[in-house]
Amino acid sequence: MLLIEDLQVKLGNKKILKHLDLEILPGETHILFGPNGSGKTSLLMTIMGYPQYKVTGGKITFKGEDITHMTIDDRARLGIGMSYQRPPSIQGLKTRRIIEACSRDGVDVDALAKQMNFTDFLDRDINVGFSGGEIKRSELLQLMAQDADLALFDEPESGVDLENISLIGNTINALLQRDSGEQPCSAARQCEPAGPCKAVKSCEPTKSSKGETPFKTAGQPGMTRTKIGLIITHTGFILDYVTADKGLVLYNGVIAGKGHPAEIFKQIRKVGYKECARCAA
Amino acid sequence: MRSLDDRAHEAKDKKAAIGPDVDLDAYSLESPTHVDVKNLNLMPEADKEKMAFAGLDISEKERSGTYIQKDAFAIHSGSYQDGLEIIPIRKALKEMDWIQEYYWKLASVDTDKYTAQARLDLQNGYVIRALPGKKITLPAQACLYLDKEGFNQNVHNIIIAEEDSELHIISGCASASHVTRGLHVGISEFYVKKNAKLSFSMIHHWAEDVVVRPRSVGIVEKGGLFLSNYISMKPVKSVQSYPTIYLVGKGAVARSYSLLVGSPGSELDVGGRIYLRAKDTRAEIVSRAITNGGNIISRGDIVAEVPGVRGHLECHGLILNGGVMHAIPELKGMVDGVELSHEAAVGKIAQEEILYLMSRGLTEEEATATIVRGFLSVDIPDLPAPLKAEIDRAVDLSQKEVM
Ligand SMILES: Nc1ncnc2c1ncn2[C@@H]1O[C@H](COP(=O)(O)OP(=O)(O)OP(=O)(O)O)[C@@H](O)[C@H]1O
Ligand SMILES: [Mg+2]
Repeated sequence: MLLIEDLQVKLGNKKILKHLDLEILPGETHILFGPNGSGKTSLLMTIMGYPQYKVTGGKITFKGEDITHMTIDDRARLGIGMSYQRPPSIQGLKTRRIIEACSRDGVDVDALAKQMNFTDFLDRDINVGFSGGEIKRSELLQLMAQDADLALFDEPESGVDLENISLIGNTINALLQRDSGEQPCSAARQCEPAGPCKAVKSCEPTKSSKGETPFKTAGQPGMTRTKIGLIITHTGFILDYVTADKGLVLYNGVIAGKGHPAEIFKQIRKVGYKECARCAA
Repeated sequence: MRSLDDRAHEAKDKKAAIGPDVDLDAYSLESPTHVDVKNLNLMPEADKEKMAFAGLDISEKERSGTYIQKDAFAIHSGSYQDGLEIIPIRKALKEMDWIQEYYWKLASVDTDKYTAQARLDLQNGYVIRALPGKKITLPAQACLYLDKEGFNQNVHNIIIAEEDSELHIISGCASASHVTRGLHVGISEFYVKKNAKLSFSMIHHWAEDVVVRPRSVGIVEKGGLFLSNYISMKPVKSVQSYPTIYLVGKGAVARSYSLLVGSPGSELDVGGRIYLRAKDTRAEIVSRAITNGGNIISRGDIVAEVPGVRGHLECHGLILNGGVMHAIPELKGMVDGVELSHEAAVGKIAQEEILYLMSRGLTEEEATATIVRGFLSVDIPDLPAPLKAEIDRAVDLSQKEVM
């Protein structure tokens, strides 16, 4: 479980997050909305552990451990992984090498790359000259090798063409153990391929009194879904593929609104972030 | 006309134009006798290990021929391929007249006291030649080995790629593990004839108190290609080297790549100068240098003397743990219609790159080493696969030892 309590974060002299609270239960995936510059990337970078995001108050707990001041590599080893909006290019470092390095137990890089349509890029320097969409696929490939338990996705579908978007969507589902059998939440099923979502069912997880019971993944009897996802999106395309459990609106440094992802997205389109944050809160 | 020996005598005390001066009297010119080795496998394990660091393949499986010199003695010399000649230079000077057309024809004996001494106290060295039209695709290998503490090794090498031939050489220099102090002076003269292709990869693996003064000059004729690689990553006291290449025939190409690591106490003053003297000639000088606390001067100079020529210089330096990195790129265009460019950067590893790799689970040290390894991987076009692999191996081994 990821638990964020009263988180305050500064970047340089600027207060970016102010008293932010967030809880994601095992097996859940949340979608994070918010206007440009509202601090979505900052929140993910803070969870990942980037030192320039100074935590000035509050606490982050993951898998029962207080990780607020844990180093970035310790967090990665604890199971946190991120797909970046703008990752750095590293001259001379082959993509194959970094994918190998992501996996602690060794991984069949060629097989993974084939799945992601990325074989031709393995011998190129990581991110050097990659197009926007290629960066996304490379980032997901690294996350797959890492097999993170908490996967943070910063705009995974922006800049991705219409054909690759289903690949991205399916990959995220696979990463979050949402790819087998029936989905517990059926929002995506009700979307026309090219149109906006229509009616949507609520998909709050069935919780025990303590709220800790993870989803059962249908189609894989006995298998319990534990992976946690947090996905930033502006376009909402990802909602057509990933059946998320909750939508969040980041506004003014706090989670100002919560609700069903497709519903929230619809509201944002209709009345804008500001109004949506107010009405959904 | 004064003889070469006279000129050498006069230059005996002449300091080099650049680099710290070396007191030649502090080293010994007396070499112990080393006997011929027929089977390389029978060499002492310690020697084999050191030579392997400098790129020598003891099994000779992937090699077309081998020359090994220990202190002043050539202990092994042989070619296994038709069209490839490998001869100790003393033997060549005694038995082959044609060598006089090449011996001291590019390098000047009175350049400085090192060239003078190599003239007056020649110990040995190799002549490697690919005969006209012969494509020697497997690399030939050479190793110049310093075995006696405090020894002053003087070698003279002549490399000739005859017309339409192809020749690849890996030339390693190393010192025995018991050697801490020594001086290596190496004269090399390279002749790349019409439409010939020569690649020469030099790997240095010296000890902390060894001083190295190579003096190299090359000439490339019409349509020829000269690819020169230099790798020095092991601690060494001082290297000063400024090879010069003349492109004298239409369409001749020279490219030079260096990978340098300067450890604390090391002083590397390394560079290269290429003269573009004929139409359509091209030059490229690329260097990647890392200082870990050492002192590195990375030079590069391209001189364009005729129109329609192109040259590019690229000089990248990383300061990891203190030390000084001084990049001196120079370009000189002497006529209209030349295209010369350079790119120089000195800095540190970007924190963002380290954090990116750490977020994939690498420790800070692993992330740094991974980025450094990437920095040192330059794609060298036209280098055959076994040589590429050898250079990668040398870089991997040295990086593990040094970092
Ligand atoms: N070094 C810095 N010093 C001060 N402010 C910064 C710094 N870097 C970024 N910011 C600001 O922090 C704010 C939050 O940025 P962040 O990248 O988290 O936004 P975002 O919600 O991800 O936006 P987008 O939707 O455009 O990706 C922005 O206003 C940004 O300009
Ligand atoms: Mg962002």
